Amino acid sequence: MKRSSFAFPYGLWMLMFTVVPIFLIFYYAFTFMGEFTLENFQMFLEPEFLGILGHSLYLAALCTALCLLVGYPAALFLAGRDFKRSHIIVVLFVIPMWMNFLLRTYAWMTLLEDTGIINRFLEWIGIGRKKLMYTESAVLMGMVYNFLPFMVFPVYSVLAKSDYRLIEAANDLGANGAVTFWRVTLPLSVPGIVSGVTMVFMPAVTTFVIPRLLGGGTFMMFGDLIENQFLTVGDWNFGSALSLIMMALILVSIGILNRFDPDGQAEGSGVL
Amino acid sequence: MKKILAAALALALALAALPALAAEEVNVFNWEDYICDDAIKLFEEETGIKVNYMRFTTNEDMLVQVENDPANYDVIFPSDYIIERLISKDLLEELDYSQLPNATENTLDWLKSTDYDPTGAYSVPYMWGTVGILYNKTMVSAPITSWTSMWDEQYVDNVFMMDSIRDTLGVTLKMLGYSMNTRDKDALNEAKEKLIEQKKAGIVKAYQVDETKDKMIAGEAAMGLMWSGDAAYAMSYSDDLAYVVPEEGSNVWVDGLCVPKGAKNYDNAMKFINFLCRPDVAKMNFDEIYYCTPNKGAIELIGAEEPELLEDETLFPTDETVARCEFFHDISQDIQIYNRIWLAVKSAR
Amino acid sequence: MKTFKKLYLAAVLIFLYAPIAVLIVYSFNASETRAVWGGFSLKWYGELLHDESILQALYVTVSVAALATLAATVLGTLAAVGIHSMKAGMRAVFMNITNLPMLMPDIVTGISLMILFLFARVPRGYGTMLMAHITFDTPYVIFSVLPRLKRMDKNLYEAALDLGCPPAQALKKVILPQIMPGVVTGALLSFTMSLDDFAISYFTSVRTQNLSMLIYSMTRRKVPPTINALSTVMFLTVLALLLLITGRSNKADKAATK
Repeated sequence: MKRSSFAFPYGLWMLMFTVVPIFLIFYYAFTFMGEFTLENFQMFLEPEFLGILGHSLYLAALCTALCLLVGYPAALFLAGRDFKRSHIIVVLFVIPMWMNFLLRTYAWMTLLEDTGIINRFLEWIGIGRKKLMYTESAVLMGMVYNFLPFMVFPVYSVLAKSDYRLIEAANDLGANGAVTFWRVTLPLSVPGIVSGVTMVFMPAVTTFVIPRLLGGGTFMMFGDLIENQFLTVGDWNFGSALSLIMMALILVSIGILNRFDPDGQAEGSGVL
Repeated sequence: MKKILAAALALALALAALPALAAEEVNVFNWEDYICDDAIKLFEEETGIKVNYMRFTTNEDMLVQVENDPANYDVIFPSDYIIERLISKDLLEELDYSQLPNATENTLDWLKSTDYDPTGAYSVPYMWGTVGILYNKTMVSAPITSWTSMWDEQYVDNVFMMDSIRDTLGVTLKMLGYSMNTRDKDALNEAKEKLIEQKKAGIVKAYQVDETKDKMIAGEAAMGLMWSGDAAYAMSYSDDLAYVVPEEGSNVWVDGLCVPKGAKNYDNAMKFINFLCRPDVAKMNFDEIYYCTPNKGAIELIGAEEPELLEDETLFPTDETVARCEFFHDISQDIQIYNRIWLAVKSAR
Repeated sequence: MKTFKKLYLAAVLIFLYAPIAVLIVYSFNASETRAVWGGFSLKWYGELLHDESILQALYVTVSVAALATLAATVLGTLAAVGIHSMKAGMRAVFMNITNLPMLMPDIVTGISLMILFLFARVPRGYGTMLMAHITFDTPYVIFSVLPRLKRMDKNLYEAALDLGCPPAQALKKVILPQIMPGVVTGALLSFTMSLDDFAISYFTSVRTQNLSMLIYSMTRRKVPPTINALSTVMFLTVLALLLLITGRSNKADKAATK
């Protein structure tokens, strides 16, 4: 028995549960009532659908930018030499991720609703209720909250592994803090940023739960649209076409991102 | 080729089905919040049949599942127009009334023969009711009587609409003076513009279904589009709430008990349906979910215990209200037009 | 500057923990509605122990995660060993197949499996959910084990075979001990992924609900306060586990450097 045959059960499993299902998606995307057609893709070119895609991309990009803005300094500080017990703080960043994703989102509902904590606080200090729930900001907030750790970890792990002597050398050679950051630290952290952006952008653009719970159905994001086609409208052909478009979109964006990281050092999901 | 592939897959995946083959069971696919949990327990105790209970949110969600895999369910609870569609697609089994003595004995006569199922061969009515506005008396300037209040700018961010295509579009059509079953493109476009206008004006707080009743109890909005039973449930928790079927008319509906084609546990399905038609069980469900029961025996029980409930217009719509209302009908392929309209509304900004 | 860094990290941590803290506080609220504080009470914890639907969902979640992890670890470790010894062309095929589920959004993975199960007329429940979880877990095991295999001395396995050791035995006695840390990491990753999954389970099971699915359907109806108690219990469990793990690994690190 050859050693490579150890992989055959897995190969068979993946053939059945990954390759065949993708084949089925392709089949439905390119047919209607069993006949070959491109109509499912043409339909997508109508302004309503392009609008939904555009808005999803915009929200996901905004979410990624916010995560980078908030998460990068956090990762930088954690990786620095200022804290003796930084590994404990890192663990503190991990814990919320281990809480169930639905519970985390539900927690925001209790904060944001009209009779929720924030609004009652606002009432108490005399500002009065604000509309927080069922808004775009609520959805964005939920996304940033859920995906922020995905940005912090890759950046942190790249920075923590990088050679600290490089920074010391820069300082010794007379570079000030800002210059050191721009010329040494930031370039060093690029692989981390690349994988962080990938890991935030991907779930952000495909999520359907967060807009559903925090957006109150007043939003339609791309993930919602796909779910809706399969579970409410029952149009598998169009839904499959949308799924393929989403996959293509993700592959393209990963391709583009990887150009910023020519050595391919980007950390996968090295969370643990 | 396709058949061989399917057969091979079925064989390989048969493992997953094994636990399902074990004991006597019945697969029930019902709406959220639409039965008394104790009734299910009672059925299991009395018959020893295990109930696999699954839930759906709207008729459309359920239809997708049933059309794709009818044999996965033994008892389903579709509304009138969905029953019509399922019959026309030959997706329902005929009911064996010899096993349903409770249904024969207790069903109200006017519901034994209906438009959607003229001889009652495929369905037994489970509950019926109306669609209307549940409003908070302390949050509106005058009692609500018309659908147009849901478009009134004084209620910005104060209206819950229903995340259900036919209901929301239907009442909009009714407000504009059209039939709820219209397939006329101009009428539908007018309704679409109305709904987009309502959303863009910020009047709609959210599109949702089962959440609305508890949010109305909590006083989170001035009004919500509701089914009558959910409205009555909410009113039982808060005296501030009132329910109205607007003067322009609305939807009256019946949800039936049906058995999808190829159901694996047909006899158990009959036992379950017959059980639900038993007066004491029908009353249990009425007490829990507040919808109008079509069960004569249960109505007698209610009359004996709490006769004032029979006078409650939310629980038991008057003939005059029903006369204003219209049943939904299956609109077959034109549902795609509805779907597109709904998508345009949901994605409007 | 250090104070600023401290403050910044503290602010981010507050952002991460505030919602969880709110759930924990509410779990001790005697009143049923969130709008009123009815005094301190432990009654929701008592009810949690008697809430059949939550306990059932918890059982499904944990057992699916455990079984899927077990299957994925065996399948994935064997696969990694196999892939490692493959020629370039074959390896590329296997690696691409392994990458695929990692690149696919959850929702597409879930939907594609839903189509498969409907197509093959398999009732979607516990079994299909388990199969779906094994499918998305296994690549994590492979990606954790492969780097360990690369670092291993290739000749050891050959030597074992030359000395008359049967392949299965060689795998167990020679390869496995060396790749064990990778196997453990892969198993842990699988387990976490399974525990937290919503999207894929949502599409691949209708008869059985895991915890995520139950909470999702509850948010669409009325969320009982027992969920707050459950959150608290889960949070404390995770906290204890992680502190234990880091505490131990720190000790191990220190021991290693001594």
